[in-house]
Order: sequence, then structure tokens, then C-alpha cells
Amino acid sequence: MSAKRKVIFALPLLITVVIFGYFFWALTKPGRDPKILPSVLIDKPAPEFDLKALDGLNVPGFARSDLISNGKISVVNIFASWCIPCLAEHPDMMKLGQRDDINLYGINYRDKPEDGLAWLNKNGNPYHRVGRDPKTRAGIDWGVYGVPETFIVDATGTIRYKHVGPLNTGDLEGTILPIIDSLQTQ
Amino acid sequence: MRGFILSTTILFTLIASIGIASISLVQAVEPDEVLDNPILEARAREISKEVRCLVCQNEPIDSSNAELAKELRIVVRERLVAGDSDDDVKDYLSSRYGDFVLFRPPFKASTFLLWFGPLLVLAIGIIGIIFFFRGNRTQKIAAPLSAEEQNKLQQLLQDGQEPPQKLNSDNKGEAS
Repeated sequence: MSAKRKVIFALPLLITVVIFGYFFWALTKPGRDPKILPSVLIDKPAPEFDLKALDGLNVPGFARSDLISNGKISVVNIFASWCIPCLAEHPDMMKLGQRDDINLYGINYRDKPEDGLAWLNKNGNPYHRVGRDPKTRAGIDWGVYGVPETFIVDATGTIRYKHVGPLNTGDLEGTILPIIDSLQTQ
Repeated sequence: MRGFILSTTILFTLIASIGIASISLVQAVEPDEVLDNPILEARAREISKEVRCLVCQNEPIDSSNAELAKELRIVVRERLVAGDSDDDVKDYLSSRYGDFVLFRPPFKASTFLLWFGPLLVLAIGIIGIIFFFRGNRTQKIAAPLSAEEQNKLQQLLQDGQEPPQKLNSDNKGEAS
């Protein structure tokens, strides 16, 4: 058997090994989570919405126009009182809310207003504005499918980054803050 | 006895297939969601079967009890009532949630490999088979004898005394 024929005979095996190798790599690579979908909204303008305030909370509601009104980068966080992981990321939200060079806005997602209010009163309100979205209409326009979700919107109202699931301190310091910094220097 | 076994087998197969068929009849659509217009409702049901529930990923929103699925079913119906075509509704959803929300991904440049990848692999296989057999056929045609071999052959034909071992060293000269 000539060398050329040996290569041809080995080819199917080689192709199979390459394909299975790719599958193996894709299925086991660190950080892989099939529940996290790539957002189609990245680098797209934030959707139109106008959300009412939570009655009894000392901050106003917000609309799309509030994302572009003051020239600041906005962090839009989707939260709910029934959402346990939201509690996990809450300390990091509190840290983020102390900055006055960015807007930190909260969307109270699929929640009774009184529950959302009680949750914020109990755990602290980090948000500069909170809009309520009981029927998740704004959530659907933002492509929200799991809470918590966090969006970074630049001063022109364009969505630049989306994080699905709770932020931990590593996400905040390793990803969110550097993105905010780089958008601010642009 | 044999007839009995056969008939029970048929009976069990029937029961099992009815069971499997009824699984697909399970639905999560609640009465308050159903539209008054039966034509629009039927279209809504068809679209809902093609839309993935993003919380429970392998279930269509039509049969999912997740809250997001319910909300998306209502959105689908609202869009239809507003006069959207079926494709408009699907575009509305995929512009928010990506093509992943549709069970059947649309034809476009980025999904080309997804749709035609299997055909491509099949074509490669067929080409491979053709080459394999054609390769075999050309292999069977023996190379013409070299001048040296020709001489040897002549010699053999003339005296027929040459021991056969020497010939074995060259496979090409040996007919199968």
C-alpha cells in the first residue's frame, strides 16, 4: 500500500477524531453554560420603554430617555424580590450604587410593587432610579429570560454588554468595572 | 397460543402509541389567553409550537408552564391581533432573543453550515467513494513491463528453466 493510499484510508478516522475532539472541547471548556445565550442586543440601541416608579420608594421610575439624558454610562440591573440570586449580587450592587459618575438603574421584574418595595427597604436600595415591570413587557423588549441580568448602556443609549445571572465580586472587578472605565474614556 | 401473543403485542403497541401521541396533545395554554378569533388563535398555536421557551430551553412556549412562556404566548397573540404576519411575530421575538428562540433557525449566511452541513458531509462521502472505486480500477491495470522485465520474459519463454522465486520479488508481474 502506497503512502498516499494509507493517508486516504486514515482520513475518515482523522476527520472523526477532529470532529469528536471539537465536540469534547466545546462541551467541557471552562465557563461553558448552555443556559447563557448570546444577546442579540449587544451594540444595538436600548429598547423603548417607560417604567413607573415603585410607590413609596424615594427614587423615580425611568424611561429610555433617562439612559441618554446626562452623558453617563448606565448600568441596568434586572431584579425581583422572589429572585434568590439577586440577593447574592446585592452587596456588589450596593458598591456600584455609591458611584455618582454612572447611572445605576433597576428594573423590578415580574413583581408585585409592594414586594419589590419591601425587598429594597429590607436590603437597601442601591439604584438611582427603579422602574417596575410587573408584566415583563420591558423585560421582553430587553430580551430578559432569567433574573438577575445586568446591562451596560453607553451614554448614547447603545447596549454594550450583558451579564446573565448574579454578578460576583470577580465579575464586577474583572469585567463590569473595566468596561465602564473603557466606555468612559472613549 | 401464538395468536394470543401476537394479539397482545399488537394491543400493547396500540396502547403505547396512543400514550406517545397524547403527550404531544399536552398544552399549557390557559383559557384566559385564548383569542376569540379562532383563525388567529390557530395561527398563534402554530407559532407557539415553533418558539422555544427560554427558561426550559427544549420545550416550546405552547406546552411550557413557565411564566416567561405564558408572557411570550400573550405577546404572540397581541402581535397577531395587531395585524402582524406569522413571520413578523417570529422576527419580533428573534430580534429580542436571537435565532435560538426559534426551533427552526432561518436561512441566512450564519446558519448556512447548520442547514447544509449534513449535505456537505454526504457529498464529501460520495466523492470519497467514487475516488475509492476509481482508484481501485486504475490500480488493477498493471504497469507495462520495463525493458529489463521484457528481456527476462523473453528468456523465460525461450528456455522455461528459470526458478519461480526470482519472479516473486516483483509483484507487478504476477497476475491475480
